[in-house]
Amino acid sequence: MPDPQPPAPLRTPLAAVHRDLGATMTDFAGWLMPLRYGSETAEHRAVRSAAGLFDLSHMGELLVAGDGAGSALDYALTGQPSAIAPGRARYTMICAPDGGVIDDLIVYRLAGSEFLIVANASNARTVAEELTERLAGRGATVSDRTAEYALVAIQGPRAEGILAKLTSADLSQVRYYASRPAKVAGREALLARTGYTGEDGFEIFVGPQDAVAIWHSLTEAGDSGGLVPAGLAARDSLRLEAGMPLYGNELSRDVTPFDAGLGRVVKLDKPGDFVGRAALAKLAMTEPARELVGLIGQTRRVPRHGYSVLWDGVQCGIVTSGVPSPTLGQPIAMAYVAAKIAALARAPSGDSQGRLAVDVRGTAEPASLVTLPFYKRPAGH
Amino acid sequence: MSVPEELYYTAEHEWMAISDASGRVGITDYAQRALGDVVYVTAPAQGSRVTAGEPCGEVESTKSVSDIYSPADGEVTEVNPEIDEDPGLVNSDPYGAGWLFKIQLDSGDQLPPGLLSAAEYTALTADEEQ
Repeated sequence: MPDPQPPAPLRTPLAAVHRDLGATMTDFAGWLMPLRYGSETAEHRAVRSAAGLFDLSHMGELLVAGDGAGSALDYALTGQPSAIAPGRARYTMICAPDGGVIDDLIVYRLAGSEFLIVANASNARTVAEELTERLAGRGATVSDRTAEYALVAIQGPRAEGILAKLTSADLSQVRYYASRPAKVAGREALLARTGYTGEDGFEIFVGPQDAVAIWHSLTEAGDSGGLVPAGLAARDSLRLEAGMPLYGNELSRDVTPFDAGLGRVVKLDKPGDFVGRAALAKLAMTEPARELVGLIGQTRRVPRHGYSVLWDGVQCGIVTSGVPSPTLGQPIAMAYVAAKIAALARAPSGDSQGRLAVDVRGTAEPASLVTLPFYKRPAGH
Repeated sequence: MSVPEELYYTAEHEWMAISDASGRVGITDYAQRALGDVVYVTAPAQGSRVTAGEPCGEVESTKSVSDIYSPADGEVTEVNPEIDEDPGLVNSDPYGAGWLFKIQLDSGDQLPPGLLSAAEYTALTADEEQ
């Protein structure tokens, strides 16, 4: 009997656009996505200095609606969506009862009883199932709208100026982590000032039938401003420089929000019970045994996912993500390191010099421990 | 994708130009495209021995790192001095300015065994793209 064929990857409404642009495509969480169009380093730099255009239509969109939606989400998630003002958004997480991270999410409150939740592509189905279970009997329903949205992001210091040419919405009134419905190039869209690059920018949710038109309009509007299409490779190096976690690397079921240095997303002071509260309340009282840290490689060999972090030659942690940083010109990585070692390595005293390293395929390459993020955008951008 | 007729290839995506018992080695256009932007190359040291089919260096790109396999037995006579300063040459000119090292071939004037022709290498990469 022949082996069962793996399912064909899903295609976004922009698949033909990527093909025409000559993109190198990759299978990511079951979706065929652009990895890069030309040089990923050039795409990265364009986002830092001008603007980049991303297809993020693989992301999961879940709509939660009903009179009880706010309080039901307070129960289902670590944050307090009922306290989000309509038109605003929050970064939050959905945790298992033991405190392990099921996914990290952005929750947009569209209206009093309507929330749009953006989940990672790889977790969208799991999150939908968890929410269905957790919201049952709480006056709210969840529906998976992933197929009804294309998502295009324009990110970079020139994003606002470029987008402003295509919409009558006053973008200066759309604050960071806010959203509003607007017409973009004559098409209905939800504009959100969110992103995953460390730059200012917008994520634009549109109907799949409008995705190509919006993409081309943005390309045209940004042509003179240095806007370039950017793929997942640049997205990864941009988010890593900005110190933002990626599910599957920094976040997983085996990691709690406190391990990841994201305890602020756990709102223990909100009223009522929520899934994971007991475990997370206990964890909040104890020092985590490990810490998510930034590493800068002192040689040109790059620490990669899964490599061991060494202290005096003994393993003290593991690299979760690593990349040659275009902005720093050095290899950067995020790693989970034993908290005691992290404290030692961070100490300004001279005797921590030269003791921290990463095992790069059999050679201990010296590294220094730094506070995240590696990159912060200049004020005024 | 470019596969120059006059070069010899390995299944691991190295190319070699042979003249006067000397081989000039690099990675193919197919390889540099698959790797993405090359940021660092560890070439074998001048004077070191390399063995056909065995790793003798590394090409590090933004996304990954790959071994360089020697196309033939021999001794390294020269390492491209430009590559350390400008590893992007491997992307921009993989068969020219992006060459990596030269070896004095043990096989002398004979063609080293096991190399692929341009046609064979083209067929191989066509298969891998399926």
